[in-house]
Amino acid sequence: MEAEFAIIGGGIVGLSLAYGLLKRGKSVCIWDEGDSAFRASRGNFGLVWVQSKGLHQPAYAQWTRASARAYRSFADEIETVSGLPLNLQQDGGYIIHMSEDSLDADRKLYEGLRNRLGGDYPFEVMGHNALKTEEPNIGPKVAGALYCREDGHVNPLRLLRGLTIAVRQLGGMVRTRHRVTDVQPQSAGFTITDQNNTTVVAEKVVLAAGLGAMTLGPQLGFTAPIRPQQGQIIITEKLPKLMNRPNVEVRQVDEGGIQIGASSAEVGLNDREDVATVAGLAVHAVDMFPKLARARMLRSWAALRIMSPDGLPIYQRSVQHPGAFFVTCHSGITLAAAHAGVLGDWLTDSAEQPDLTAFGEDRFDV
Amino acid sequence: MTRSDLIVIGAGPAGMAAATLAAQQGMSVLVLDENPAPGGQIYRNLPTSTATQRAVMGPDYAAGLPLIDGLAAAPLTVISSAVVWDVDQDCTVTYSKDGQAYRAKADQLLLCTGATERPVPLPGWTLPGVMTAGAAQILMKTSGLLCKDAVLAGSGPLLYLVAVQMVQSGTPPKALVETQTPAHYRAALRHAVGALRGWKTLAKGARMLRDLRRAAVPRYTAASDLAITGDTATSGLQFTAQGQAHHLECTTVLLHQGLVPNTQITRALRLDHRWHAGQRCFHPSVSEWGQSSHPQIYIAGDGAAIGGARAAEHAGQCAAADILRSAGRITTAQRDVLAASAKRNLARERALRPFLDALYAPPAGILQPPDEVIVCRCEDVTAGDIRAYARLGCKGPSQTKAFGRAGMGPCQGRSCGLTVTELLAQATGQNHQDTGYFRIRAPLKPVTLGEVAALHSPAPSQPEGQDP
Amino acid sequence: MFERMDKGQRDSLRFTFNGAEVTGQSGDTIAAALLAKGHRVFRQTPTTAAPRGPFCMMGSCFECLVVVDGETVQACQTAAQDGLTVTSPPAIKDIP
Repeated sequence: MEAEFAIIGGGIVGLSLAYGLLKRGKSVCIWDEGDSAFRASRGNFGLVWVQSKGLHQPAYAQWTRASARAYRSFADEIETVSGLPLNLQQDGGYIIHMSEDSLDADRKLYEGLRNRLGGDYPFEVMGHNALKTEEPNIGPKVAGALYCREDGHVNPLRLLRGLTIAVRQLGGMVRTRHRVTDVQPQSAGFTITDQNNTTVVAEKVVLAAGLGAMTLGPQLGFTAPIRPQQGQIIITEKLPKLMNRPNVEVRQVDEGGIQIGASSAEVGLNDREDVATVAGLAVHAVDMFPKLARARMLRSWAALRIMSPDGLPIYQRSVQHPGAFFVTCHSGITLAAAHAGVLGDWLTDSAEQPDLTAFGEDRFDV
Repeated sequence: MTRSDLIVIGAGPAGMAAATLAAQQGMSVLVLDENPAPGGQIYRNLPTSTATQRAVMGPDYAAGLPLIDGLAAAPLTVISSAVVWDVDQDCTVTYSKDGQAYRAKADQLLLCTGATERPVPLPGWTLPGVMTAGAAQILMKTSGLLCKDAVLAGSGPLLYLVAVQMVQSGTPPKALVETQTPAHYRAALRHAVGALRGWKTLAKGARMLRDLRRAAVPRYTAASDLAITGDTATSGLQFTAQGQAHHLECTTVLLHQGLVPNTQITRALRLDHRWHAGQRCFHPSVSEWGQSSHPQIYIAGDGAAIGGARAAEHAGQCAAADILRSAGRITTAQRDVLAASAKRNLARERALRPFLDALYAPPAGILQPPDEVIVCRCEDVTAGDIRAYARLGCKGPSQTKAFGRAGMGPCQGRSCGLTVTELLAQATGQNHQDTGYFRIRAPLKPVTLGEVAALHSPAPSQPEGQDP
Repeated sequence: MFERMDKGQRDSLRFTFNGAEVTGQSGDTIAAALLAKGHRVFRQTPTTAAPRGPFCMMGSCFECLVVVDGETVQACQTAAQDGLTVTSPPAIKDIP
């Protein structure tokens, strides 16, 4: 037995889970595909985002809020262990609306969720003038925004690096450029084989391999009904401060560049950016912040979200093969605190574990 | 959106020769070039150069005039000052000119974007006053500016050429500090047979060295441990040569360690690339005719492999010939006839290359710079940082970039990409091919969001170009 | 540091760089005109405020960035013109 827990996938989800397990004194090894992987962990927007999540599933709204609340102490820990500033900012954020109609439609959805949560769901509707007071650089076409004080953002690449350092510091064994091709349940434990035919045995296995779960999931008895969903993002040159808070489509990153996103397309395993999509992002960004017309785009990219049928995470214990776990989500940054925190109780089957039945795979069985 | 049979990107010798031949054979050709006029870097500003400039630059410079004149006379369209910033898999090119973005479509593409200087990461190389040898040459060709109080440092034919041009101009370099060692000569001699085929070029090189001797330009050979000194600007160059420590005071240091193909477009297109051990860089994989791993996209000139201006011209003609064949306009037999002398000339020009590559191979000092040397100039990432990321498990440039931002600045890896690959290959024990290179994406050059946004509505027709 | 090959040619255009007057010749890029007048430092890096000037003169290194008419451009790829207002890119402040 090489380790108690083998985690397949060394992205933000795998590393967060590893960190939580290592803190609980478990032995952990991580298998990561390496540089050429699709790596949603490198291509994401960096939001720690509460509003608009779980509008039709209050359990997800609660799960997200809990992670956001735990984020500050999670980030502090990672900063202390790694010595890297993560630049977590949780001063609130906006979803900007360009028409009264869409603003009103979303407001109704948020109110519906608030009712289902017994009134405990923080958001405010801001008209154009109110928003302009907070964000002087918004353009005249902006109708207003939905503001949530629990929204925020973080440097997602520093978080990735910080978690990598923290996991190694706590004794996690990380194998990079080891793409797992095969996972076989044994009588006790699981054998994991990679593309170089290295084989290792672990007591338990956690599948946190992003899109890799499409092929590996069934080997462990999971349906893994996930699919890639492409998003494209733009980053500009470093600029003087243009905005005070992030919004879900435009944020100023700590390094100074303005990040603009994100599109949504079902194009399979295609992570290539295209001018037409990028132009659409640019139009919208300039509508929101006209000063951006003179800002120079340095790079655009496309990354693949890992999307479940309802867009919510999947947390599933394997029924056929006890000891195997499946974890997937498209909000790996926002949920990192939960994954590094309370999810460890679920993985270790402890008494205080959260109730995750709302996120089981069986919700997709009709 | 304009439609052409062929879009040629780059109007250096390869692009000019190829476009002219393709247009003469009846293809509709659009040439997009970044500079204000055709010529590339090698023949930059040639038609408007003064007599003094041509005398200083030497006869090889003026020899480019027939190519430029040929392009001007050919039935094609040239759009200058066109900055290409996206190239799609379906051969659609997006470029900006005078603050506006345009899109152009073609059946086939020929990429002739030439070379860039190999990065030369040395202590102090980011100080104002440090430039490349090529930069000094560009200043001479374009604005007729001469660099006084300069030391030339490094290795490669361009080092000597620029030195001779500076001597010709009356402002010789203060010194030449050469990193070639006897081991380089020994390695080069293994390619002596090929070298003999290029005896004319060798003779030219010998004449250059003679000119430098006559001008009494001090030369330091087998130099190592180069470092540029200065606090907020260059004050000198220190180095060790023949067992002695030296410090030369100067206000400009001109670095050169050879040229490497500019692979920004080929990488963005995800074409196949191969590590070339002799030239110590990545080459896009091409057939003998220049066809890449994408059947409609060809590459010719220094952008495919470093071979010099004359080789580029011949390679451009070969590529055009095969583009005509692949477009169904001529047969294979006709292509072979059309390209016969170009092929012969190309083989002759290439014969000397392995000898030169070995003779002027970059020294270990710049391939594996010390920890404190800045590798990514844009984001201030050092060699030590890169090595630390390798220890953290980064096996390739993409994760390394994610961890430390090397390659994320405006130059998008042009100044650091090869160094990052070298450092990672050494640190991880992987070969260069497996280590890989940065993922390059659009825009290939920065472009304003306003220009990009304007493409969202139907794109405007092309700007005024040079039509016959 | 730099002098003209052709001593006879006169400066025929005038622009400002960070408020100081700079003259140049027709055909100069902004970078060439600035170097000709002894300006070696064009900007400071946004990361460490280190002084930087032109390196490659061919649009590859992006060290020669200046601001012209509200837009950051490569000085070696931009023609010097009469009446331009050229400044160094602003220091990046307010990093949260």
